[in-house]
Amino acid sequence: MASTYETVAGIIADTCDIEPDKITPDSHAINDLGIDSLDFLDVAFAIDKAFGIKMPLEQWTQDVNAGRVTTDEYFVLKNLSANIDKLVAAKAA
Amino acid sequence: MRLEYFQMVDRIAALDVPGGRISTRCQVPEQSPVFEGHFPGYPIVPGVLLIETMAQTGGWLLLARLGCARMPFLMQVEKAKMRAFVAPGQAMEAEATLVHEGSGYAVVKASIAAGGKKVAEAEIRYGVVPFPNDTLKAAMLETAGRVGLPEEFHHGA
Repeated sequence: MASTYETVAGIIADTCDIEPDKITPDSHAINDLGIDSLDFLDVAFAIDKAFGIKMPLEQWTQDVNAGRVTTDEYFVLKNLSANIDKLVAAKAA
Repeated sequence: MRLEYFQMVDRIAALDVPGGRISTRCQVPEQSPVFEGHFPGYPIVPGVLLIETMAQTGGWLLLARLGCARMPFLMQVEKAKMRAFVAPGQAMEAEATLVHEGSGYAVVKASIAAGGKKVAEAEIRYGVVPFPNDTLKAAMLETAGRVGLPEEFHHGA
């Protein structure tokens, strides 16, 4: 069974037409991979569907805008994957 | 329908807010400036306006679910198919079903039938954001009354 990161990387490669070998756990979805907001909508929809969750994108945006966290927290893929794992665990609890 | 004003939905025919389903009635006018150009001597409803009709139908479903507190803006159209021509004077029924309600976005599957057969379908994605100003909010609430969105779904406005 694919890890969360592997699933996320696969989704990004498929939906954003990015070569898989350019995607690493340390890639920043925006700064490194150049994913724009419209493409990220595709990614978010695919992640929500794949994991049966609702990523709180608006809350995350507020956190960044308020300076509580940097975009790395949500857009570096290993961090995004960890946040997805937390959402999946919270849903199962 | 008033094509030149982008008034695509005449009336909400059925609405199941918890179930995420809606259908609307859309009467294509006999005459419109749109038909003068699309096409001379062979008037048909432009495919982009069929897509707009599906987007507005799904949009009313989302507005109802949001209590008109936020505005769904069309962001993406996937798998759009125009299966048949729609002529002036035809009655259409559009349907939309909620596929996913994400954080700040939503996805519906929509279709249009006319003359007993499906004429268009698409998956439509919206960005769902606060109303950018009071003018638009007021216009949407006025339109909600015109298309028959029950007032119980205006509570968030």
